[in-house]
Amino acid sequence: MVEEKVHINKELEPILREVPDPEIPVLSIIDLGVVREARLEGKKASVKITPTYSGCPAMDVIGDDIVTALTNAGYQAKVDLILAPAWSTDWITEKGRKALEDYGIAPPMDASADKKALLGEEKLVKCPQCGSKNTHLVSQFGSTACKALFKCDDCQEPFDYFKCLI
Amino acid sequence: MNSEKKDSRLHENKIKYIYGIADNSLILGQRLGELTGHGPTLETDIALTNISLDLFGQVRSYFQYAAQISEKEVTEDDLAFLRTEREYLNVLLVEQPNTDFAYTIGRQFLFDHFHILLMMHLQNSKDDTLVAIAKKSIKEVNYHKRFSSDWIKRLGDGTEESKEKMQTAINDLWRFTDELFHTTEADEEMIKAGVGVDVKTLKETYYKNVSEVLEEATLEIPDLKYFQKGGKDGIHTEHMGFILSDMQYMQRTYPGMKW
Ligand SMILES: [Zn+2]
Repeated sequence: MVEEKVHINKELEPILREVPDPEIPVLSIIDLGVVREARLEGKKASVKITPTYSGCPAMDVIGDDIVTALTNAGYQAKVDLILAPAWSTDWITEKGRKALEDYGIAPPMDASADKKALLGEEKLVKCPQCGSKNTHLVSQFGSTACKALFKCDDCQEPFDYFKCLI
Repeated sequence: MNSEKKDSRLHENKIKYIYGIADNSLILGQRLGELTGHGPTLETDIALTNISLDLFGQVRSYFQYAAQISEKEVTEDDLAFLRTEREYLNVLLVEQPNTDFAYTIGRQFLFDHFHILLMMHLQNSKDDTLVAIAKKSIKEVNYHKRFSSDWIKRLGDGTEESKEKMQTAINDLWRFTDELFHTTEADEEMIKAGVGVDVKTLKETYYKNVSEVLEEATLEIPDLKYFQKGGKDGIHTEHMGFILSDMQYMQRTYPGMKW
């Protein structure tokens, strides 16, 4: 796993941490890993975010939410969308992975396990409801572009799996 | 003066080059969008519209960039919605209709295998923005390719009926594949400038990759001598006007409208 150096201003971080992903409200945008930079000069805050998926409709909302949160905290905020380097599921923090699982979404696995699971070669995705790995892929595309739909063969519950993107 | 003129021509060619890539995703995305709520099953419906959304996302990045480097005062929306038919430079393949699920999958499959090769090579462009878009897109297009290739195998190696339908679609769509590897004048200029990908060199790998999947799907590889072309020069099939009238309706009726 390549550690990406991300500069996030200490004063701004707690404010940004309060901004959730609009589609997965338990997940802070910091833990989602889309905030790539947050700098502060006087009262001027400039934030760079990167999209999870190109067409992710949440990005516009996230940008607006950041501006609102920073404005409410007394800053002049500017948000830019950057494309490079491209977002990776490796950037979701441990805290973020835990939040996903608690919310009922199986967090992304590493690339090779992910591929095996999505090709139906091996049962590897753990059901976030009962913890069983006796699960199967229903659809490679789930409720949003970043998720696949699985079903647990033990507790019979369907659930989302956050696809690996590296 | 001379170098300025040359610069401006290079600019124009770059914008045309961007259209040539982005319009494929735009028109294919529009075609897939027609299936929203009409997919054969819930899962395929969601998958196809998710693919459509990925494509539109990529298109936005291309058009934002084109609008930014354009000498005219234009926005990404102007580029997407307000050009005339002859100004769209997508290949004929992507404008072909959703005749049935086999055609939808066949069109996707034939495009995805081209798309991934193009993006892999665009990563080496001298243009940083195009490199960034390509790197982002590769991750998504890999999923698209996996989805469409899986369905080709499932339908080809499925029932007698699914096999026949899949073969018919592939036979029918095959004549649009050669155009993927044609280059326009703008393309050639961009290849020379180290910005564009020489798609002619991708042809062999493309047909090899596509043939491998078709073989695994127990489908026959069409043996065709004559191919159709025109889209890259803005000469489209009869379907294009209908797509545009649908796609441009809101912007034409309510100019400058926003959500
Ligand atoms: Zn379970």
